[in-house]
Amino acid sequence: MLLANLPALQVVLPLIAAPICLLLRRSDRAWFWATIVTWFCLGIAIYLLVEVLSVGAISYPIGDWAAPIGIEYKIDLLSAFLLVIVSSIGAVVLPYAHASVASEVPDARIYLFYTMYLLCLCGLLGIAVTGDAFNLFVFLEISSLSSYVLISMGRYRRSLTAAYRYLIMGTVGATFYIIGVGMMYMMTGTLNMADLANRIPAVAETRTIQVAIAFIVVGLSLKLAIFPLHLWLPNAYTFAPSVVTIFLAATATKVAVYALLRMLFTVFGGEPLFVIGEVLMILSVAAMFVGSLVAIYQTNIKRMLAYSSIAQIGYMVLGISFITTTGLAGGIIHLFNHALVKGALFMAVGGMFYRIASVRLDDMAGIGKRMPITTGCFVIAGLGLIGVPLTAGFISKWYLVSAALDKEMWFIAALILVSSLLAVIYIWRVVEVAYFHAPPKRAALLPEPPLSMLIPLFILTGASIYFGIDASRTVDIAMAAASFLMIGVAQ
Amino acid sequence: MMDQFAGLYNYWIFIVLMMIGFYIVMAQHNLIKKVVGLNIFQVSVFVFYISMSKVQDGSAPIIADGVTVYSNPLPHVLILTAIVVGVATTALALALVVRIRDSYGSIEEDEIEAEERRREKHF
Repeated sequence: MLLANLPALQVVLPLIAAPICLLLRRSDRAWFWATIVTWFCLGIAIYLLVEVLSVGAISYPIGDWAAPIGIEYKIDLLSAFLLVIVSSIGAVVLPYAHASVASEVPDARIYLFYTMYLLCLCGLLGIAVTGDAFNLFVFLEISSLSSYVLISMGRYRRSLTAAYRYLIMGTVGATFYIIGVGMMYMMTGTLNMADLANRIPAVAETRTIQVAIAFIVVGLSLKLAIFPLHLWLPNAYTFAPSVVTIFLAATATKVAVYALLRMLFTVFGGEPLFVIGEVLMILSVAAMFVGSLVAIYQTNIKRMLAYSSIAQIGYMVLGISFITTTGLAGGIIHLFNHALVKGALFMAVGGMFYRIASVRLDDMAGIGKRMPITTGCFVIAGLGLIGVPLTAGFISKWYLVSAALDKEMWFIAALILVSSLLAVIYIWRVVEVAYFHAPPKRAALLPEPPLSMLIPLFILTGASIYFGIDASRTVDIAMAAASFLMIGVAQ
Repeated sequence: MMDQFAGLYNYWIFIVLMMIGFYIVMAQHNLIKKVVGLNIFQVSVFVFYISMSKVQDGSAPIIADGVTVYSNPLPHVLILTAIVVGVATTALALALVVRIRDSYGSIEEDEIEAEERRREKHF
């Protein structure tokens, strides 16, 4: 009975836990409660993934109203994989959050922080679970609204303007998305994704559906921060509290990539994909270069990593834009690997911030000697970002390059390699300052951050190495999910 | 030609409202006006959903004797949800504007940016 309802519980659990967190008031209790809930969410997600791997996609009608009339939760391999990514990041971040949040958010507001964190998690998981196009909008807004609040909790006053700008652009994106959904509903009379997929081919040639595709792709691209719609991202990541940056960088854009995949491949499919693919390919290559080049010139590490995220989103979208199984698999693997790597990098930066209260590159001089463990993790994760062999980043870039070669796009393959070299430059800038610049005079040996922050950092850094050495499991899942998505294209 | 305009007038209203709202969001530098523009933009979508669900000669979707044609109630329900989301967004945006004014002393975007450049060069 309980097991059969797990798809709903995956979303309902954090949704109900959030107001309870509000009632708990005291920061320690709120943190403890949020931690328990997120680890339960992770348990559910793993169970669902195992279930999907053994028996295939799960369909769950909400309130026993059968689809397409009722809202259907549909968990296939891709959504189960995403559930595990989001909930595991959510769970690993929380032990880290205890010390980090206490040092960055005023004590009186900490319980509100965890309430918003749970709501954000609920929204992100909901997007992955739902099989209904309008329901997806609701979850998109739950996660977005709570992330605006989380960003505004940063200790700079610029956190407020960053949150405001994100709110304006995010709302425009979400509204574009519902315009598109409305147009699809006009032509088909349904909102269920599977049902839409059946009915759209008959009306695919109409102007309305073409406009709907355009609105949905642009709307989701805003949430995804595809170049040139990325303007909200650098400030939002730079001025948010460390924990929020880790969580959003590792999950929020990934979930938006998932939503784009779902709409493009499951719902639309067919001919228009190839046109969109060409546009996305140009934009993603531009993102890879612009993001990396701008990152090189940053003096604030968080902002540097934020621009690097824009470049990395470029790689994911590039994988999608090939519209081949290998390309999609590369994009999906990169989605997973980048969540680990960027999570670890931002965690290391958060650990440094915890001790030196700065994220400026100048203040990092000699930090490699003062905080060897944290800086060491930063470097290892940085290697993963570059895509050095035996790290997770190598696997995904391997698949992206081979997808480009399969399509005989030598030029694109070369661009992937060149833009990876740009990542070497900006990671090297940190290494140089951290290890080869003398620490400021009279600087004492800094203690490493507390163990509660180090262990999550070890987990993510270790995972980014582990999935670089033994990638068979992730590659299998990504390949299976990609070939399932490609069925929609063949129609 | 006239038919296209008169027959589809609800869509024209939607498009005009949407463009007005979108223009305000992009062109205005006052943070409150931006929120108002965002509201107009969202409301235009509500108009779009609600008007498309009208069925010709259909009555309100309440079961009654002698009525066979009903308008489609589903988009109305969807928009009820979207209105709630819109209210939450507006409330949050206004709350942020209040706190921005507290810490910058202004709600004009160019003044805030000038202040940011002056005080926080290192970012």
